[in-house]
Amino acid sequence: MNWWLEVVLRLVVILGFFLLVPLVVGQMEHKAMAHMQGRLGPMEAGGFHGWAQLIADGVKFAQKESVVPAAADRAVFQIAPAVALLPYLIVLVTIPIGPGSQVGVALDLGLFFVLAVMGVGVLGTLMGGWASANKYSLLGGIRTAAQLMAYELPLLLSAASVAMAAGTVSLDGILDNWHWYWLPWQIVGGFVFFTAGLAELQRPPFDMPVADSEIIFGAYTEYTGLRFAFFLLAEYAGIVVLCLLTAILFLGGWHGPFSAHLGWLWTLIKTFVLAFVVIWLRVSYPRLREDQLQKLAWTWLIPLSLAQIALTGVVKVL
Amino acid sequence: MTEYPGSGLVKGLATTFKTMTRRSHTVQYPDQAPVLPPRSRGVIALIEENCTVCMLCARECPDWCIYIDSHKETIPAPPGGGRDRTRNMLDRFDIDFSLCMYCGICIEVCPFDALEWSPEFEYADFDIKNLLHDKDRLGQWVASVPAPVALDDRAEEPKEVALAQKAAAKRLADSGRAAQEAGTPGPEGDG
Repeated sequence: MNWWLEVVLRLVVILGFFLLVPLVVGQMEHKAMAHMQGRLGPMEAGGFHGWAQLIADGVKFAQKESVVPAAADRAVFQIAPAVALLPYLIVLVTIPIGPGSQVGVALDLGLFFVLAVMGVGVLGTLMGGWASANKYSLLGGIRTAAQLMAYELPLLLSAASVAMAAGTVSLDGILDNWHWYWLPWQIVGGFVFFTAGLAELQRPPFDMPVADSEIIFGAYTEYTGLRFAFFLLAEYAGIVVLCLLTAILFLGGWHGPFSAHLGWLWTLIKTFVLAFVVIWLRVSYPRLREDQLQKLAWTWLIPLSLAQIALTGVVKVL
Repeated sequence: MTEYPGSGLVKGLATTFKTMTRRSHTVQYPDQAPVLPPRSRGVIALIEENCTVCMLCARECPDWCIYIDSHKETIPAPPGGGRDRTRNMLDRFDIDFSLCMYCGICIEVCPFDALEWSPEFEYADFDIKNLLHDKDRLGQWVASVPAPVALDDRAEEPKEVALAQKAAAKRLADSGRAAQEAGTPGPEGDG
């Protein structure tokens, strides 16, 4: 009985985290982006500095008609948003927030599992792009596929570098072995992981697959109402998961002063700082062209991640 | 200064971050009154007494949004003599602000300054018919017409002022001469 209670409690906490933190990141994006452009952002919803803006947006999306195009592949079209969103919830279960037992399920192959499941999330966009029966959606879907092919490799290689350094693919194991000198040691890998992760999430400046001014939001063109909201939520959940993973693999996760008690706080702080960087990059940089996107992955990120693996191997053997 | 590769990327990040630390430019309009530039074109005010129903404004209006009706009245001759005179009485002066394009030609063309710009702009309405302002409504805007903007430093004086000053100076000189003549009677005056 006690065991069940604990499981339910853990799942409720994770679900709460999953529902709340992406919204906080979304609100942060509203506000940070506005101020970076000399605006105020939402100020009315909820009274105090528009804190309830995203809740209001959610209510609006729920009221909208959910349209499925006549020529669309109905079943695939309808489950695509769930395929995009759910993997991030599943990933959260295995991510250690603090030291010891502050993790949903401590998996021995945690890193492997997390990266595999995150790859599934991108499939949602592909499915949506293919099933919409719309040329812009199809273009977006194909661009997503090209981007997935190009950026999955540097992502995996740089994560593998950390696993090599720790000698384990368990996320807890990696954090237990973490030392401060990993920070300079793995910094190139961290850069590659974060950049490739951004590209995988199709965040600006790597948002060629959605490119709203060019192919009208790509795979999401035909989506309305709650399904569209799920795609948006998946984007922000993806940001949270990417920032959590970057923080854990390359910034030491819960390590920091008083980490025995405040480990979870360190994880959250690092995650939010990274999420701020994600927003900052979006505001500062224009969109990369498709060929620039591919060139960055194949001629910069993959060689860099291979060099990182070589460095990790050399230091490890010495 | 040499440009390092990627320095543009850093500059981009610095620009957005610096902007974030500064105050934003947003004016929260309904709560905070906007600072309007001088000579703002909000609404057209009608000073009814000045209008002579010459119809210049209605004829010059590019989109024909001014409607004027009038009739003639006879003013009887004053008791001392003379003849009866007729004058135009304004019955209707409407401006349809759903058509008006705020060009200001009517104001420029009015020979008697019966029309003026007022900076008031909050007269949006739920019914387009209410955008047809009649002469009473147009007259209410007169209170909000600002004083003319001061001239630039060392600008030429307006023609009217120069004329008035010339006239005043002439009158002053005349009265001075008269007073001189009255105040210093010559010895031959006595005789």
